[in-house]
Amino acid sequence: MAADKKPAATKAAERSRKSKRAAPEKSIEFTPEQELAAYKEMLLIRRFEEKAGQMYGMGMIGGFCHLYIGQEAVVIGLQMAIGEGDQLITSYRDHGHMLAAGMEPRGVMAELTGRRNGYSRGKGGSMHMFSREKNFYGGHGIVAAQVPLGTGLAFSNKYNGTDRVSLTFFGEGATNQGQVYESFNIASLWKLPVVYVIENNRYAMGTAVTRAAAKSEELYNRGSVYGIPGEQVDGMDVRAVKAAGDKAVAHCRAGNGPMILEMMTYRYRGHSMSDPAKYRTKEEVQKMRQEHDPIEQVRARLIGSNAASEDELKGIDKDIRAVVAEAAEYAQNDPEPDASELWTDILVDA
Amino acid sequence: MPIEILMPALSPTMEEGTLAKWLVKEGDEVTSGDVIAEIETDKATMEVEAVEEGRIGKILIGEGTEGVKVNVPIAVLLEDGEDAAAITTSAAPAPGQESSGGGAPEAAPVEPAPAAAPAPTATPAPQPVASVPAADTEIPAGTEIVSMTVREALRDAMAEEMRSDDAVFVMGEEVAEYQGAYKVTQGLLDEFGGRRVIDTPITEHGFTGVGVGAAFGKLKPIVEFMTFNFAMQAIDHIINSAAKTLYMSGGQMGCSIVFRGPNGAASRVGAQHSQDYSAWYSAVPGLKVIAPHTAADAKGLLKSAIRDPNPVIFLENEILYGQTFDVPVLDDWTVPIGKAKIVREGSDVTLVSFSHGMSYALDAADQLAQEGISAEVIDLRTLRPMDTDTILASVRKTNRIVTVEEGWPTCGIGSEIAAVVVAQAFDHLDAPPTRVSGKDVPMPYAANLEKLALPSVQDVVDAAKSVCYAG
Repeated sequence: MAADKKPAATKAAERSRKSKRAAPEKSIEFTPEQELAAYKEMLLIRRFEEKAGQMYGMGMIGGFCHLYIGQEAVVIGLQMAIGEGDQLITSYRDHGHMLAAGMEPRGVMAELTGRRNGYSRGKGGSMHMFSREKNFYGGHGIVAAQVPLGTGLAFSNKYNGTDRVSLTFFGEGATNQGQVYESFNIASLWKLPVVYVIENNRYAMGTAVTRAAAKSEELYNRGSVYGIPGEQVDGMDVRAVKAAGDKAVAHCRAGNGPMILEMMTYRYRGHSMSDPAKYRTKEEVQKMRQEHDPIEQVRARLIGSNAASEDELKGIDKDIRAVVAEAAEYAQNDPEPDASELWTDILVDA
Repeated sequence: MPIEILMPALSPTMEEGTLAKWLVKEGDEVTSGDVIAEIETDKATMEVEAVEEGRIGKILIGEGTEGVKVNVPIAVLLEDGEDAAAITTSAAPAPGQESSGGGAPEAAPVEPAPAAAPAPTATPAPQPVASVPAADTEIPAGTEIVSMTVREALRDAMAEEMRSDDAVFVMGEEVAEYQGAYKVTQGLLDEFGGRRVIDTPITEHGFTGVGVGAAFGKLKPIVEFMTFNFAMQAIDHIINSAAKTLYMSGGQMGCSIVFRGPNGAASRVGAQHSQDYSAWYSAVPGLKVIAPHTAADAKGLLKSAIRDPNPVIFLENEILYGQTFDVPVLDDWTVPIGKAKIVREGSDVTLVSFSHGMSYALDAADQLAQEGISAEVIDLRTLRPMDTDTILASVRKTNRIVTVEEGWPTCGIGSEIAAVVVAQAFDHLDAPPTRVSGKDVPMPYAANLEKLALPSVQDVVDAAKSVCYAG
């Protein structure tokens, strides 16, 4: 089969990608300030999600709750690559994206508990939060629906003549949905400024990517027939993510149309809170945590380079725990929405 | 034997056309495939090819003749050895008159398109609204009135709104270079250019999502579906993304977007191209749903829909596109969303309908009047939010109601109206609310079956007489 014989160029490209992941290039190194900023931002997501998991167990959060633990480097690295006015849109695994976008932890947590000062006044829940102010466009519950929506945000940027870029996040499971390819076609045809970020955490609910996707080892290549360049990135290394993000965002801003970034990442928790994750071994999870944890990597570099002391990092952790505890406290004490809210926000008054 | 060349039907709903040009003259030899004439419909200019060999014996309809009905003989072809003297046809009616129909199907070998069946409606011809007796309070006295097709009215509505607001743009299949599959967007590309009049690939799910995303980005898209049947591919974005997001975001994420296109039965296009989605979309909180009948309402309501900050489903009707109505000449003619209109006042029974269903209702009212029954006819115009006040007030006056729609009966618009009337005007009813609707079957193709599947004027008359206990 010809398909099995890869051209030499492809092989070389794969080698280069692999080597890139093993030994990052000098150019992606962070300054100590960047390392510290990334550490804080990722740690906030980690602690927030741990608290959310805990509160779910206590019955404070209902329905579906999809945690982002393990994937923090993806959204933080990309947040470091974008600028004011660039838009974010994602699926239902969205808490990390909202915190990265600068949304208030207490507002997010209050939405998780279904209270009146939640970002959606308690009417959206874990999967449906938005902030026009922070350019976060949701929070979408139908797998892959955010892909054409994010493409539409990019359309509005181009229509209005701005140089803003839409970052459209979706899981590797969503890459098998037809509307993703309808979007790829349109975005490439109309040269829309959209970065498609595939968060490949290896499992679409309980189905391993190898069981769901043909040629699953190269999802970054899924836009190639539409002429969309793609790159596979070590999504556990926040520096690699930022470097790839810089490149993709510049590509879009320059009017070259869309780009795909496949972030190789991993979620430590189940698909949602009710998932016992029987489809993978404990050892596999343990190995990822010990050898590739995105936060531990930064922590080790900060300590190793003497950019921060153990005590300083402990202090940061304490501060972040306090922020999260305050958010949790707030979210538990905030009243439920008034019954009259049932009938509001259905239509905008014309 | 001489062969009659008949005026061809060039689209499913074409009833007449203009014989724009003859490309042959009497005495010319033609072989099959030769272009012999050009015919203009309200949608396009089409070439007509000969499908038989022979010599043009006589041209029956001169070029430039307008209003030539489908199936009228337009020329006679002579076979070898025949001469013009053999032409015995008397079937050369004056243009614009019905064909005698004498033997048309058998003697019609020269037909580029299948023989056109009569349209399923009993009222195919353009109807002047002048026959409507109810006073029109929406139009200021002394306003100039022009005659306009629904198609032109829709186009003008979009053009006017695009002129006044740069955020408004139109996207869909064939809306730009082709000038619209049904020519509703004719001329818009020329005026507004490719930035704002955008041809999409055939990819409803994708481009609808892109449109909704653009609306989240504060643009005001008009998304044209070639027909609402194709919008089923995109219904997830219409319902889940467009209609629900305002609520799920606690009011942050408005979505100002119009989804428009022909809905319901056209003519002989089968089950997958004939569904009426009125009841489907009307069931969804977060949407507004409009289904106009006249050109004036089509224009005024489409302008209101484009300005509305919410997602609006705008259901058009292919058969109505070519029909002509009076439209007021005003700088900014708008019709409010959510207001029904009493288009004919009456005292004995209320007929409620919308879109093409109004054709049956109005004709039935005429017929009922001749039998001494005075019908009040309400055009809903907007289906959601429905103007139930107008319906209820009428029922409290007439004490009887018949609903008319082309869609399916189960959980239909008529079912909803019946429930509202029973709940809120029960004591005023002298008879059970009665529904006239399309039959509970997928739309058949055969002309006779399609006719049976749709409501008829007689169905409405029978239902009205039944609730009036008039036999």
